[in-house]
Amino acid sequence: MSATVEMIPPGFGEPDAEDLHQADLPPVMPFATATLILIVAGGILVAAQYGRPAKLLVPTILLAVAALLLVVSTVLVLRIRPFARRVFFRVIGWGLVAYAVEAGILEFVFVYDHTPTRLLVLFTAMLTLFALDVPLMLAYSVARWQPPNAS
Amino acid sequence: MTDIAIDPRIDTEPGRGQEIDPGATPPSTGGHGPPPVPSFNIVPVRALPVVAVVLIGLVVAIASNNLWALTFFHVAGGGLWTSLDLFLGLVLGPIMGSLSIPARIEFTTRFMPKMLLIMPTLVTMTLGAGFQLARHEGNLQTNYPHHGWIVASMVIVGIMAVIALGLLEPANLAVLFELKKPVPNGARIQRLMKVFIYTAGITGLLQILTILIMTFLASR
Repeated sequence: MSATVEMIPPGFGEPDAEDLHQADLPPVMPFATATLILIVAGGILVAAQYGRPAKLLVPTILLAVAALLLVVSTVLVLRIRPFARRVFFRVIGWGLVAYAVEAGILEFVFVYDHTPTRLLVLFTAMLTLFALDVPLMLAYSVARWQPPNAS
Repeated sequence: MTDIAIDPRIDTEPGRGQEIDPGATPPSTGGHGPPPVPSFNIVPVRALPVVAVVLIGLVVAIASNNLWALTFFHVAGGGLWTSLDLFLGLVLGPIMGSLSIPARIEFTTRFMPKMLLIMPTLVTMTLGAGFQLARHEGNLQTNYPHHGWIVASMVIVGIMAVIALGLLEPANLAVLFELKKPVPNGARIQRLMKVFIYTAGITGLLQILTILIMTFLASR
């Protein structure tokens, strides 16, 4: 795809204000991605023990760290000035709806399968973090490239 | 996101905008400023009922524990997910790289909104039905003889999920919002599209590993 670089017309690919703003942004995506990795790792650890008494200490620690990282990413996003907040909140709003549906379907599977209470609580917490973290990543990925006054 | 859906003409007038001759040399766009961006909807609202029908079907399949329905959702979803990823990464990506900027923009504005709905739906179908199918068949149990392979497939799916949700979907959405700007940044779109195409290719290749494991397990 390298041949495409020279085909960009003049004025269509030069750095703009949003490009210059990138260096000032906090590391939201690394924190949010780490949250997702911890949630997925915790989920795999629990699912791998299906059918026998599960050891929940490690998944619970992963969940707690994931929750902490999600709080940190959220705080980091909310402190960014200037930032395309209206775009961010619009995207995260619809993202929350979409991922609530997705997490809801998975939750339904766990409830329907009579998952033991301790496991169900852990899975529910993981799904909740998942349904919050992914919309945050989507909204931030969009808003970071938008001018602060974008609607 | 209906307030983002600015122009309802999208998807109803194929070929609207610039005519592209597929046999022609990529036209020069230099010196004439940014190429025009066709109006489009970020979320193809009219496709949402189709997504709803698929998800309701999935819930019914899980609730009824119907073996055929679960297998259908898992195999059909997984097959389409893999094919799309591989097609994107290995076929469409190189083709897009050789298109002119206006052609690429026209293609992107028509293609990417659809991917925004198709990919998450296929992923939900495949994983939701797959988990239930494995539970139904007893494959999740730790005493299942090939339990290690099941865990290996979970790890691969986990890696794919992180790549898809952390890189692919954000890039998809960011491209669409960039194209909505009065003057989109071409270099940024190109960078984000590369992320999208390459990550789709990587997840496609990881899917092949999953299929190898699944077909191995199904033949035991």
